[in-house]
Amino acid sequence: MPKDDDIQAGGTSEEGGDKPEPADKAEAAPEPADKAKPTPKAKAKAQPTPAPATAPKKEKEPGKAYRLSVSSAPHLKSPEDTAKIMRWVLIALLPALAGAVWFQGWRSLMLVAVAAVSAVVFEAAIQLATKKPLTVRDCSAVVTGVLLAFNLPYYVPWWLPVVGSFAAIAIAKQAFGGLGYNLFNPALIGRAVLLAAWPVHMTTDWYSHAEGARALPHLANLSGTTVDAVSTATPLAVMKDAAATFANPGAAPEALAQAKAVVAQLTGAEGLGKLALGDVGGCIGETSAVLLLIGALVLVIKGIADWRVPVGYLASVAVFMTVFGWVGGVWTGLFHLLAGGLMLGALFMATDMVTSPVTKKGRWIFGVGCGILASVIRLWGGYPEGVSYSILLMNAAVPLVDRFTVPKFFGEKGAGRA
Amino acid sequence: MVEKGAVVKAGQMVGEPSGFVSAPVHSPVSGTVKAVADRPHCLSGDQPAVVIEPAETDEWELMEPITDLDRTPVEKLVERIRDAGLVGMGGAAFPTHVKVVPPKGHAFDTVILNGAECEPFLTCDHQLMLAKGEEIVKGLKILLKITGAQRGFIGIEANKPDAIKHLEELTRHAAQINVAVCRVKYPQGAEKQLIKAVTGREVPVGGLPFQVKVLVQNVGTAYAVWDAVANGRPLVERAVTVTGPIVKEPKNLWVKVGTPVGELLERCGGLTDDAARFILGGPMMGLAQHRFDVPVTKGTSGVLFLPPPRPEDFIAGPCIRCARCVDTCPMKLVPCEAATFSEAGKLDKAEANGAGDCIECGSCAYVCPARRHLVQSIKVSKPAILKRRAERARGA
Repeated sequence: MPKDDDIQAGGTSEEGGDKPEPADKAEAAPEPADKAKPTPKAKAKAQPTPAPATAPKKEKEPGKAYRLSVSSAPHLKSPEDTAKIMRWVLIALLPALAGAVWFQGWRSLMLVAVAAVSAVVFEAAIQLATKKPLTVRDCSAVVTGVLLAFNLPYYVPWWLPVVGSFAAIAIAKQAFGGLGYNLFNPALIGRAVLLAAWPVHMTTDWYSHAEGARALPHLANLSGTTVDAVSTATPLAVMKDAAATFANPGAAPEALAQAKAVVAQLTGAEGLGKLALGDVGGCIGETSAVLLLIGALVLVIKGIADWRVPVGYLASVAVFMTVFGWVGGVWTGLFHLLAGGLMLGALFMATDMVTSPVTKKGRWIFGVGCGILASVIRLWGGYPEGVSYSILLMNAAVPLVDRFTVPKFFGEKGAGRA
Repeated sequence: MVEKGAVVKAGQMVGEPSGFVSAPVHSPVSGTVKAVADRPHCLSGDQPAVVIEPAETDEWELMEPITDLDRTPVEKLVERIRDAGLVGMGGAAFPTHVKVVPPKGHAFDTVILNGAECEPFLTCDHQLMLAKGEEIVKGLKILLKITGAQRGFIGIEANKPDAIKHLEELTRHAAQINVAVCRVKYPQGAEKQLIKAVTGREVPVGGLPFQVKVLVQNVGTAYAVWDAVANGRPLVERAVTVTGPIVKEPKNLWVKVGTPVGELLERCGGLTDDAARFILGGPMMGLAQHRFDVPVTKGTSGVLFLPPPRPEDFIAGPCIRCARCVDTCPMKLVPCEAATFSEAGKLDKAEANGAGDCIECGSCAYVCPARRHLVQSIKVSKPAILKRRAERARGA
């Protein structure tokens, strides 16, 4: 380590360890003393604004000039940015997408691609038309498109995801001000619009769309007990019909027996196993609980999804179904956790950062609220499935939840707020 | 206090305190006063300064060493700390003689020395603990005597095992002094966070450490306390970290207060790149400078040279409400909302989300994936909020 001895002596010598930057013995020139040497003044005075500014500056050492920039603290930024977060969400969705292709065929991949591309195109078109900065590179539109497609049955016509993407991007997202300002989950708004406008494509096609083993016996058409309820109509719809049969005092004994058989099949080991793997009827991305969980685990480990929302959501559904979810004397809690869009909703839709609370307590409230609403709709509502509406309803409550769940600040425990 | 042409000795007082919460300034060298005029300062433009041309050798003018600690009254020790111009050396430079005496009706029961290194990149406290551990412990004993506190801790982050071992050995026979090993995290060196980590006590919102009977001093200040008491030397020198990815030879230097920072860089071989950011302090809270003739002050713990900022790191995008700022805030505030309301000028809501209690550590803006200027916006509204709070307190 070079040590100049020509400046002057007098400094206490400092012995350094040898760790990262060894303390060096050196003392530099004293109190503003250095005016003897000419110090060039800075040409421009840079303001410490967040945006970097540059001030040309000559260092005193002859022949050496440094160009100094200033920034406002903190001067370093975490490498994680919005686009990276969105890309991680896409990566986390891949296992479920692979499952969809495996169980439902290439058509599902085609629909996902159509939805994603059209979402990006609509976002870019709207931003160009309104002369806003183009932000499609943040990948958020791709995420919206993929999630929308995940909420569609795999046989819907190709133009349906295009319309859904338009609703999601134009109405739910850009009309509210773009990324970060949307109150409702865009993909779910897209789904809700499609469900309202093309209910046949979105639901009852299950009953008319015969495709080999996935042919569709409605519960009313069942004959005998050999029907493979799990791999045909969406399990939730079948379960709902069964529950209705049990609730009907005038139900014929055969119908009751059929319903009982169906419930036993759905809640049996084989039925639950198929539900967990995804070998059942359902929307593109919702069927495989296991593959969705694998993806969600990635998000939780990466700190992108907060575990409180899905845990609150799933736990409250389990509890609610344990209390109310008995069909013909059979507990349907586990069935409800694995069936339908609950996993997709709890793991990927409710955890959407923009449309969920920022406070930890708020996330619990949000998750539990979604769980209760979804359960109520599934048990007593007009639809077999209530996940998307539960999330949309709770989305509307987020500003209120955030406002009333501001955490106790450091030093506030026990004491009131100043 | 001195005029142009005067001859001063090292250690001679050249600037007297302007009030109670203020400390005197001493000449770090022998020499001739060349000017008494405004000079650039790292905090706020030009400030009055005494410019001294150093002589060949230093002739010291020291105060009487205090050798018999037991028989020296506490008042005398506090007076010495004041006369030696001691201030907190962690960065804030608050006068030490004010801090060691609690307000009427309060008392300290614990003294914590802050060896947690307040920011990433800085290692001067670490090196000081290794090199001057014994003096630091002696300084702590003096602080314990002054405050009458029963317990003394030296809080060190777990990533400095050599310093922990060294100080544990030095304090083995001092029953009332312990080394507290703290988790490695930023901002562990922040006063309130360190008190929480070491004692489990939480300083009340808007409060000060004396309210939980704790005095926190930087390890460098403890060294200066010892130096002032045992050697009679005023605070004119300190350890400074000169570092950064573009510094050719990063070092910790023992520097005279008042040295233009440019000289420190020369001692470290200059920079590997001609484009740079020059920051006094650490990367999280330090102040970017635009000229090299600003002096090292008593509160300068680090000189950091970073590559120029990448513009995309400072162009704010929309909040995606990921809540990383909420999760990371050491004060448990809601920075994203506090910043949004600050930007909108809505002080009530900004305060409800914590803008008035921000310690400005910068963690929120560091983690923000949308690159929002969170802490910057909060810093803008905080003075107004604190002013309103003071007015309310007066009115109540």
